[in-house]
Amino acid sequence: MTPQILTNLRLIDPEADTETEGWLRIEAGRIAEIGEGYRDGTDCGGKVLAPGIVDIGVKICEPGERHKESFRTAGAAAAAGGVTTMVTRPDTLPAIDSPETLEFVTRRAQEAAPVNVLTMAALTKGREGREMVEIGFLKDAGAVAFTDCDRVTTNTKVLSRCLTYARSLGALVMAHPQEPVMSSGAAVTSGKFASLRGLPAVSPMAERMGLERDMALVEMTGARYHADGLTAAGSLPVLERAKAAGLDVTAGVNIHHLTLNELDVGDYRTFFKIKPPLRSEDDRKAMVDAVATGLIDCISSFHTPQDEESKRLPFEEAASGAVALETLLPAAMRLYHSGALSLPQLFRALSLNPAKRLGLEAGRLAVGAPADLILFDPDAPFVLDRFALKSKSKNTPFDGQRMQGRVLATFVGGHCVYGAL
Amino acid sequence: MESAQLTHAQTVCAQPMKVNALPPVDTLNINPKIIGTRSMSFRAKHLLGIEHLGPDEIVTLLDLADDYVRLNRQSVKHTDTLAGLTQVNMFFENSTRTQASFEIAGKRLGADVMNMAMQASSIKKGETLIDTAMTLNAMHPDLLVVRHPHSGAVNLLAEKVNCAVLNAGDGRHEHPTQALLDALTIRRAKGRLHRLNIAICGDIAHSRVARSNILLLGKMENRIRLIGPPTLMPSQIDQFGVEVFEDMREGLQDVDVVMMLRLQKERMDGGFIPSEREYYHRYGLDAEKLGFAKDDAIVMHPGPMNRGVEIDGTLADDINRSVIQEQVEMGVAVRMAAMDLLARNLRATPREVMV
Repeated sequence: MTPQILTNLRLIDPEADTETEGWLRIEAGRIAEIGEGYRDGTDCGGKVLAPGIVDIGVKICEPGERHKESFRTAGAAAAAGGVTTMVTRPDTLPAIDSPETLEFVTRRAQEAAPVNVLTMAALTKGREGREMVEIGFLKDAGAVAFTDCDRVTTNTKVLSRCLTYARSLGALVMAHPQEPVMSSGAAVTSGKFASLRGLPAVSPMAERMGLERDMALVEMTGARYHADGLTAAGSLPVLERAKAAGLDVTAGVNIHHLTLNELDVGDYRTFFKIKPPLRSEDDRKAMVDAVATGLIDCISSFHTPQDEESKRLPFEEAASGAVALETLLPAAMRLYHSGALSLPQLFRALSLNPAKRLGLEAGRLAVGAPADLILFDPDAPFVLDRFALKSKSKNTPFDGQRMQGRVLATFVGGHCVYGAL
Repeated sequence: MESAQLTHAQTVCAQPMKVNALPPVDTLNINPKIIGTRSMSFRAKHLLGIEHLGPDEIVTLLDLADDYVRLNRQSVKHTDTLAGLTQVNMFFENSTRTQASFEIAGKRLGADVMNMAMQASSIKKGETLIDTAMTLNAMHPDLLVVRHPHSGAVNLLAEKVNCAVLNAGDGRHEHPTQALLDALTIRRAKGRLHRLNIAICGDIAHSRVARSNILLLGKMENRIRLIGPPTLMPSQIDQFGVEVFEDMREGLQDVDVVMMLRLQKERMDGGFIPSEREYYHRYGLDAEKLGFAKDDAIVMHPGPMNRGVEIDGTLADDINRSVIQEQVEMGVAVRMAAMDLLARNLRATPREVMV
């Protein structure tokens, strides 16, 4: 592989929290040199170069639902969206809960995806919350974290044993905190809008209750824990207390909860049905602020493909989730253009922190780090057409919306996997 | 104190009143040909809810319904307003009263009416709502009357068909013809539909009737009070421009209209009230509680009633206070008016046939 020099760049370094004009040299798949000013090389026209996105919690519907998404389509979508590492979810059919299924997924990922793919495994067999999976074998086979995704383990005895066992192996456990009885059947967040639309609703307090419980278990077991997909302002003080108490806890938020609110559902638009449901504007603002202060560590896409049939149903019956690999960056640019977050702050949450949490070298703009990079124009405007997405499923809430931010090129290990360079 | 109230209530009940006195013109026969010849303001393609109707549209519909009330009281009740049009009633949820009301309304207007009992049909075979709608659409109905257990299902259906859709109740969302028939009943009993104190009592949370009524009565500038236990109030309902009362006697103080709601036991998925007898004790309408309302206050109920749960049986049958039978009568007239207006808009803007 030939050395490559990209020049005339705005370099985003989330680690140093800086934005500088300069150039970057790639050699043998790694960042070999970074410098300020101009030097001869491939002129990038003053566009932004940042560490590629490390997206925790991507659902790729293999095995089981390949008609919704495959490693090939998700890989193409990730490359087009600037996601250089996808961390996949185990909530497939069947669940990824044994070294054998994990091996299948790993092989499929290597065959079909142009970006890095890391896999998470279920925490309990079949995600049923009864028996723990073979955490040791799965970790050896490459599982980077263990999670039952949106299914909450209600049996706290089982969960505490899983956490204790995982701690002994240094395995990361990820969960979506929620009080499952209270939130069962809910399609939206309770409040004026839910009352007007007559939809079954849940208070965001259910999330805080789930998080409080999990924090108690983490304190009890000392496990490494990542609270994914937090949405509610009420959860933040709980998180703050846990971090202040020195628990090994990090937290993430989905891009949709940072850029949309409950009113976007409008006249029962099921593409806006996600889980947990979209929250009030106050919650949304609180989550954006928490990303700015660093209380919330990671932003992810929570990419969840759903076919047209499962969305073309009455709101209560429709499936939850939205595809987001390709809209993650332009949606995040809304936060940049509105002045809420700077580019280094955004990439700290999109790239650096997720990589750090998973113990990866990526996510940095530093000499020696893997050349997983994205070159993008944060200002380029476009109107999103969902049928132009590379994902097999087209269920995006941003369809028809005006967006800014186009990926020009995506590099994985120094190779250009998307774009014209 | 209690005996004093009882005495007061008894005297109130004993007072003879004529709440459904009709203008003398109603005694004359109406020529079906002149119905709806006055200027009309009604723009909607579908009747999905009260939310998107303007006050002028509501008044237009109620005025036209008044004409149909007169027609319905004649010996010859038939018109050819909808002649040649096909009306399909799709009820995904059990209904006797509303379905019968829509069926009679359609038949009186000369439409070809078909009833589809959807619980028994393809839904059980796994066909989706959209597929059912598309299949039906290919048969070119002109008016589609839909009731569905899920909020928003009727809106979804309306997007996929090219006929006029009438919402006959969707989940806990809206039931617009019920609110319109309630409004017509109130207007005829009270002589106006504005600046009235109206109490809506009971299971607000599970009630689409309550939501449509809150919207309609609010648009017509009435003072709305909601009375019920906090467990049966939707969240942040106080932001809908209503006053919320947990004490029924306090809430009924000096109201003109008392609307009772049915306790929807089938929609409840957990303990909302401790027991029916405690509910009746605190929120059931009886003569004593009604004594706090204005002397000429009317009592309404959308039916079917749970006698002895939310309303005292004797009171429900008291023709001096209860307008429950009038509500049923107005229901047919309002549905005739709604279908008449929608059919006019349908004819005025012929739509592309989707295949």
